[in-house]
Amino acid sequence: MNENGKANGVASAKKSVKTDQFQGHDYYNIDELLSDENKMARDAVRQWVKQEVSPIIEDYSNRAECPHHLFKGLAEIGAFGPSLPVEYGGGGMDEIAYGVIMQELERGDSGVRSMASVQGSLVMYPIYRFGSEAQKKKYLPKLGSGEFIGCFGLTEPDHGSNPSGMITNIKDDGDAYILNGAKMWITNSPVADIAVVWAKDEEGKIRGLIVEKGMKGFSAPEIHGKWSLRASITGELVFEDVRVPKENVFPEVRGLKGPLSCLSKARYGIAWGAIGAAMDCYDSALRYSLEREQFGRPIGGFQLTQKKLAEMITEITKAQLLAWRLGTLANEGKASPAQISMAKRNNVQMALEIAREARQIHGGMGITNEYPVMRHMMNLETVLTYEGTHDIHLLITGMDVTGLNAFK
Amino acid sequence: MKILVCVSKTPETTAKISFSGTDFDTAGVQFIMNPYDEWYALVRALELKEAHGGTVTIINVGPAANDPIIRKGLAIGADDAVRINADPESALTAAKHIAEYAKTGGFDLILTGKETIDYNGSEVGGMLAELLDLPYVSYANSLEVAGTTATVSRDIEGGTETVEVATPVVISAAKGMAEQRIPNMRGIMMAKRKPLNVIEPGAATDHAKVVSYEMPEGKTAVKMIDPENMDELVRLLHEEAKVI
Repeated sequence: MNENGKANGVASAKKSVKTDQFQGHDYYNIDELLSDENKMARDAVRQWVKQEVSPIIEDYSNRAECPHHLFKGLAEIGAFGPSLPVEYGGGGMDEIAYGVIMQELERGDSGVRSMASVQGSLVMYPIYRFGSEAQKKKYLPKLGSGEFIGCFGLTEPDHGSNPSGMITNIKDDGDAYILNGAKMWITNSPVADIAVVWAKDEEGKIRGLIVEKGMKGFSAPEIHGKWSLRASITGELVFEDVRVPKENVFPEVRGLKGPLSCLSKARYGIAWGAIGAAMDCYDSALRYSLEREQFGRPIGGFQLTQKKLAEMITEITKAQLLAWRLGTLANEGKASPAQISMAKRNNVQMALEIAREARQIHGGMGITNEYPVMRHMMNLETVLTYEGTHDIHLLITGMDVTGLNAFK
Repeated sequence: MKILVCVSKTPETTAKISFSGTDFDTAGVQFIMNPYDEWYALVRALELKEAHGGTVTIINVGPAANDPIIRKGLAIGADDAVRINADPESALTAAKHIAEYAKTGGFDLILTGKETIDYNGSEVGGMLAELLDLPYVSYANSLEVAGTTATVSRDIEGGTETVEVATPVVISAAKGMAEQRIPNMRGIMMAKRKPLNVIEPGAATDHAKVVSYEMPEGKTAVKMIDPENMDELVRLLHEEAKVI
């Protein structure tokens, strides 16, 4: 391309980037319940998202390409494992700080939040919680600094909501285990340096192990054709007689409680993250409703638009209070998996409904990438299903309040 | 190299501004560190420290409510902070309080932003230099230090002026001196443990007082005039806009 062509290309690329005018919404002054560190973390990540994510995300999402360069930025800002101890590559922050960081990332895009959720909650956390000292020292600092990208393999092609039925397995072979099986819908897998994989041993007990890229028989093909989380890379994990050294296996943990404790961490982050997506949709809809005129006045002045906006901010406020209370419980180590389920389910459903209503307020413009709502809406369809589907979370609450198991 | 960075608190740029008499109504207003202090003075101070070694101290004149803003400066990378526990009634009283602290501090560089984005005074730097009997360079958009010589560039009408000045010196920082830094989570946590010393103020009086503030008139609607009707355009420009 000639000099002219380049210049034009740059000019048109810049022209399409709109200034991110997002402002946070805090109808009940919940900021007063946050510590100064929480607020500083929130504001720092919000600024980072405006600078690094907003200008590029519509383009990457449109092209279904993962903005890999953001891994380094996410590491530098401290979005990987912020609530893990500093000596293991984390940030030493509290759970509410972790929550507001996820909120701000998902305000940018659920895919970007997923990049951070997986790295922090599903890779660093299990290594920190279940790994040997040698495993922690070997992997955590590199994961925290973004030098290594990790992924988490639990779901299988035929075992999603029923992970205990998994067929991926390990067999003892002297100083190693032989791993066979396949995992599906794995965020980051095609670009990951390591995978935390859950597999059954010869006694049928679920064990966790760290599989490294390049191990013979291990591949991670990409899944194409997603209409959701298009700026996040998703793949499979395929294991064909992969020899995994025994030193890569988590020494103590057995059973489903291993992976489920990681999922609790990630679901907690999603309960906060969904608020970010909802706020972005509401923020855009509110601004649009005051700018867009029909019948000679702003559409925000019409009752049906106000109904939508009033219900949106009400639901966002309720979700914020739910997340804040869950965060205070988590800080005290008292947030139960069932309480986390409730917040994840409620807040993601809330965000999805707000995205749909916000799309209506934007009218035809709402279906374009001039505005973030349709992207959020499509993303949230994934968020509603991953990390425990909406329906499964209902059953978890159902079981918790009745004591009766409706899963089988 | 010992560097002192003076930071001020200003309303966030989208805040709704109102006054009752000469009192600024702070209800519902979010405050931030003055961007010229943060983005340019503080960040350049940190870059110089990273290149040459030394320390960066933040100083602010104000109440305890300013602490979150000071902590942000520590999170971005300053080593310690001082808050003079006084209401910064005017540029002169703020400069007097800072000078009182800085005169025994042995600072090689004292940096301020070129102005605050609220009252736009551009006064503290010059006053501080005078009170400390130090040289002053204003509106600097680049700053290098070699030994005891600071080289400073500043925009002037139609070009750039480069100044060499011996340290210690007071410099006010303008756009271009550095790139804004976002504090990371580790910095935010470290900021909690860095010293923030609160000093009770000495006496400081000003010779002038603000009598009133007035808000600008609100924007009026655009009037469309038929391109054929030049007489009407001229009449409106003359009688209503009063520009011709």
